[in-house]
Amino acid sequence: MKKFVDRALGTALLPALSFVMAFVISGFVIAFSDSKVLKLAGSPGKFITTALSTVGNAYLALFQGSVYDPNLAHSHGFLRGFYPLSETIVTATPLILTGLAVALAFQSGLFNIGAQGQFIFGAIAASYVGFHFALTPVLHVMLALLAGVLSAALWGGIVGVLKARTGAHEVIVTIMMNYIAGFFILWILKTTTFLRHGRLDPIAPDVNPSSQLPHLAGANFRLHAGILVALAAAYFVWWLLNRTTIGFRFRAVGANAAAAKTAGISVGYVTIATMALCGALAGLGGAVHVLGSEYALTADIAGSFGFDAITVALLGRAKPLGTVFAALLFGALRTGGRTMQSNTTTPLDIVLVIQALIVLFIAAPTLVRFIFRIKNLKTQEALASKGWNG
Amino acid sequence: MKNFIAMKSFTATQRRQTWLHIVLFVIALFELKAFGFGNLANAKTTFGFTLAKEWVLIHTWIIGSSTGSYLFSIIALIAAVAAIALIALKKRAGFATAITGVALMMGFLCWAAAGKFIPLTGMLQGSLLLAVPLVFGSMSGLLSERSGVINIAIEGQLLAGAFASGVVASLTHKSALGLLVAPLAGALISLLLATFAIKFSVDQVILGFVLNVLVIGLTDFLYKKLLIPYQATWNSGPSFSRIEIPLIGKLPIIGPIFFNQTLIVYLMYLIVGVITFSLFKTKWGLRTRAVGEHPTAADSVGIDVNKLRFRNVLIAGLVSGLGGAYFTIGSTGSFSKEMTSGAGFIALAALIFGKWTPMGAVSAALLFGFADNLQGTLSIIGVSIPSEFMLMVPYVATIIAVSGLVGRVRAPKADGIHYSRGGSH
Repeated sequence: MKKFVDRALGTALLPALSFVMAFVISGFVIAFSDSKVLKLAGSPGKFITTALSTVGNAYLALFQGSVYDPNLAHSHGFLRGFYPLSETIVTATPLILTGLAVALAFQSGLFNIGAQGQFIFGAIAASYVGFHFALTPVLHVMLALLAGVLSAALWGGIVGVLKARTGAHEVIVTIMMNYIAGFFILWILKTTTFLRHGRLDPIAPDVNPSSQLPHLAGANFRLHAGILVALAAAYFVWWLLNRTTIGFRFRAVGANAAAAKTAGISVGYVTIATMALCGALAGLGGAVHVLGSEYALTADIAGSFGFDAITVALLGRAKPLGTVFAALLFGALRTGGRTMQSNTTTPLDIVLVIQALIVLFIAAPTLVRFIFRIKNLKTQEALASKGWNG
Repeated sequence: MKNFIAMKSFTATQRRQTWLHIVLFVIALFELKAFGFGNLANAKTTFGFTLAKEWVLIHTWIIGSSTGSYLFSIIALIAAVAAIALIALKKRAGFATAITGVALMMGFLCWAAAGKFIPLTGMLQGSLLLAVPLVFGSMSGLLSERSGVINIAIEGQLLAGAFASGVVASLTHKSALGLLVAPLAGALISLLLATFAIKFSVDQVILGFVLNVLVIGLTDFLYKKLLIPYQATWNSGPSFSRIEIPLIGKLPIIGPIFFNQTLIVYLMYLIVGVITFSLFKTKWGLRTRAVGEHPTAADSVGIDVNKLRFRNVLIAGLVSGLGGAYFTIGSTGSFSKEMTSGAGFIALAALIFGKWTPMGAVSAALLFGFADNLQGTLSIIGVSIPSEFMLMVPYVATIIAVSGLVGRVRAPKADGIHYSRGGSH
């Protein structure tokens, strides 16, 4: 038991310290960009109290917007106070899936920046199956999810095939394919098949109710069954990596491709399989997002789910469970950030700064060790991608 | 003959280049069939050549749309065959390839703009402008990657430069000060990149990505917090006006495209020239390339690998930061949210497309600028191809390039690998 606690502390300490530092630095950014604070630069006492209250209010709003809102609880009953938490989970659901798409790639030694494009293809396919067909409820949801998974697996698989056959680096190819997917969704939303009847702005029809994911906590909450799908996917990735031969091969190639090749593992096969699976996961994210909370495909459907996925996977150290927690944390930051933006004068975008700083510190344990003078801060091996020739 | 057709005596490069030209030949055939013999019997295409007050050779050139397509397709066919012949004879085929490409493009334009007016000179001038940040960005990538540090943070450096120059120019009402600050802002991002990559040996691709997120977050935040509410003081800076170079600025076609531009464009010519020269003709250049290809060997002859890399990454930041100034004081003067919109990534693509050479990267940047501007021009004159597909061109081209269809693309050997004495990890 003591060993377990030690290990948990060791693993959690670095993220926790990074988290604290990121919030402190962002606090300075918030304070020093506030006109109210800056006007008091002449009187140090007032300056510090105003700065502290500005930052405090911003972070309080961030918490209220992402976990528990006492005002809502007061007016609508205790349980409604947790409405922000349910919103956090709704935002985190696609993030878990895209985060897994990046994390799984890391395990095979690949850096998948393409979750954004894969998400888009998943969303397009799920939306099409959702609004175009009318089927029995359970079957319809299954088919729509499957369509999203398959189309995104194909889109992701292209990257794997290119890498395996020609050596084209997955970072470059996925960056380019994100742009291509972005333009593709702009185009497809203009076609008569996808454009909602009578609309000029790019929006597809709502998916049929039979293909929508069921709500989990009644009509007052948007919380939907997608979170169960995401958690199941996280378990699947854990099982695949730790309990199957294929997963062992993935990790072997990720640890040392040359050694894996010598041991008789086909590196090309692993690359293609990994990228297709990553595509499938991100595509599932897109499908769940459309069928669970958005219902209608729009040009901006992917938001920044695919890009945040990278910071999520990095924060989660490319482990399935870590990715789930990281996605919940960033989901909370996103959701709370919206409340912070509307209730205080602090824009949502500070959340990006916090995310980037957390990941930056986690990636440089030497720096954290140096700042906090901790000699034996336990860190796992740093995540790495491979250079252009890798 | 059978051996020749099977390309058995060809090297891998020859084979690949031959296939490329066979593809170009087929495209030219398609163009001839579809456009040259198309149903544009009486339509005419007008090309405009004059922009302002330059000396004029011809104002406009009017050609029958079908005739034009027919003519240019035939030229492309001949040039493609010539290129294949040159490749078979192991001669340089670059010129023939260029003619094939330009003829294909002209044939396409004749058809696409049937019955319409294409301002050719204006289009090329716009292409150069769109290529400016790409050239700066790819030069930044070149400086850093030839010495062995992967620079994915170009986007962040451009954005930081754009933001800093816009804000400073607005606060001080002096565009010159903005121009001074922009490179410093880019170098600040580089300082983070170099410190974390070289000192803390953080993975460079991951690091670059995170730095981009950091800069996007910071500039978005400050934009909403300061630049929107206090627009008059914070975000209404002056911008550079065009300067026409005497005499050569008056040359027909070339003059308005290259020599009637803002200061930033002239700085770009200078930087490209200096980098091209220094990389291949100076001690610094030799050392940079040595450190990027084989750091251990460089170290063994007394070059401080990490110090040189650190310095090069900083210079790279200066260059892309300066490129960022193009977005604000180089055009309208004001900053807008995420205004670089991926230029840093296309610059990276241009660097790879250009095989990590200065001239290759510049050519690729110009090509991408042209593709972008062509899309704009065609959507204005109303061509039936969806603009989204035109916009995909640079990205698809880059994927084709890295897949080795154009020729083997090889990064500097030690690019992205942390160096420490006694073994790299």
